[in-house]
Amino acid sequence: MFKKKLLAHLNSVEEFERTPIPEKNLKGWKSFIGMYAGEHTAGTEFVIGPLFVAHGVTASDLLWGLFLGNLLAVLSWAFITGPVAANKRITLYYLLEKISGKKVTLVYNLVNALMFCFLAGSMIAVSATAVGIPFDMAMPSLNDWLPNSLSWVIIVLGVGIVTTIVAMFGYNQISKFANIAAPWMIMVFIAAAVAVLPDLGVHSVSDFWTKANDTMWTGVPLAGQSKFTFWHVLFFAWFCNMAMHIGMADLSILRYAKKWYYGLSSATGMYLGHYIAWVASGILYSLFLLESANSIEFAPGPVAFRAAGLAGAICVVIAGWTTANPTIYRAGLALQAIRPQWKTWRVTAVVGGITTLAAVFPALVMKLLEFVALYGLVLMPMGAVIIIDIYILPKLNLSSNYAEVFKKNFNPSAAITWVLTLLSALFFNMYFGVEIFFLGLPGWFIAALVYIVSSKIIQPKNQSTKEAIA
Amino acid sequence: MKAVIKLISYVGLILTIVPSLLVFSGTITLDMCKWLMLLGTIIWFVSAPTWMNQTS
Repeated sequence: MFKKKLLAHLNSVEEFERTPIPEKNLKGWKSFIGMYAGEHTAGTEFVIGPLFVAHGVTASDLLWGLFLGNLLAVLSWAFITGPVAANKRITLYYLLEKISGKKVTLVYNLVNALMFCFLAGSMIAVSATAVGIPFDMAMPSLNDWLPNSLSWVIIVLGVGIVTTIVAMFGYNQISKFANIAAPWMIMVFIAAAVAVLPDLGVHSVSDFWTKANDTMWTGVPLAGQSKFTFWHVLFFAWFCNMAMHIGMADLSILRYAKKWYYGLSSATGMYLGHYIAWVASGILYSLFLLESANSIEFAPGPVAFRAAGLAGAICVVIAGWTTANPTIYRAGLALQAIRPQWKTWRVTAVVGGITTLAAVFPALVMKLLEFVALYGLVLMPMGAVIIIDIYILPKLNLSSNYAEVFKKNFNPSAAITWVLTLLSALFFNMYFGVEIFFLGLPGWFIAALVYIVSSKIIQPKNQSTKEAIA
Repeated sequence: MKAVIKLISYVGLILTIVPSLLVFSGTITLDMCKWLMLLGTIIWFVSAPTWMNQTS
């Protein structure tokens, strides 16, 4: 009886994968504010803030770089993703299928789902560092790529299974949970940082700036870490979610928005999560380095527990969940686009399983900055293809939605754009030493140019074919 | 009733953030702060789900 009820509920989870969102299912501001705040006040924030400290960012570079980089990210969601989402009201995957054809979309979805799995996996791993505290679990260190104990493997599997079950119940459940947890999480981030300030030698507000420069963000990278500047911080803050805004993955979320400008609600995630939480977690990590004589152990759970006790450890677990959940959901949508007849909950269960297995490897956490930058870069070209396809091709007297209009399974222009953009990024990286954090911006313009030129070359033939058929 | 529960939830949030300010000012110890934050956490997660996400 219970099994039947459960299956009936799971099968009733309707996410409108291949149809525009009906008017009655559109959501207001509150849903997005909570979703973005929860999603970007996450387990990864406990990793990224400390890595800025490890890379020797100065205090002023951090504060200004984060302010401007996050502003650019919010504007990208508001003026690039939001208008397309409100116009089309379909998922990225379905839109891409109309433009690029099933074959290109199939490859894109596989890559995308895999990237999402790894990202969600890193968050499950971060949560596990908190869950493992009462079990005296051996914590991973900066140099660990493989699991270092059986207890680590067991705890990661447990966290992964619970996260997957929650994700199986769909966007509404995730959104509700994120809404409830978000205000509390940001309070814990702030409180934990403020509470340890005296231990860092900050006893009054006037002490802060001196200690911020001398003790927290000293400008000197740890041994073996590269030096980060203002530009690293700005571009990382802008592009760490490049796949979601410029890359258009958040069409899947913002298509539920009543108005196009709801992309501005991402500001809650950027300034609470990617500003305050990164600064706060950097403060916690600088205390850890001070007290541990620059230990290479890297475990957000114990660091938060040291500052805020059980509330801090619970925060690490929940912060991991609220990001892992929508990420697993997105990965499920990516796979479901390949096989639309699969039920959402079944796909989510498979994706959750892959994610949980990936989370067992601590390398996902230790190389998070590089992975996040790569993830945005790899998926970004398809975002450029969508923008050009919707706004520029009609002005050039070319057809949008090539694959749908010409009934093709394969749009060569989209495939060429993707491959050439990534090859050019690789070329700039290998021959000119351009770091991965800076490749996204020139990459977008390369993608846009290649798609326009290749569409111009390919489409006229098909245009005449279409006219002949008509 | 809903207003009272909301008020209780906000007390939970206040208990999460204010003790850290008291540690910073030297009024309470860090250990006391941790207990108060845990109390605030429990109050928030018990009370907030009863009114958040509810359509009026």
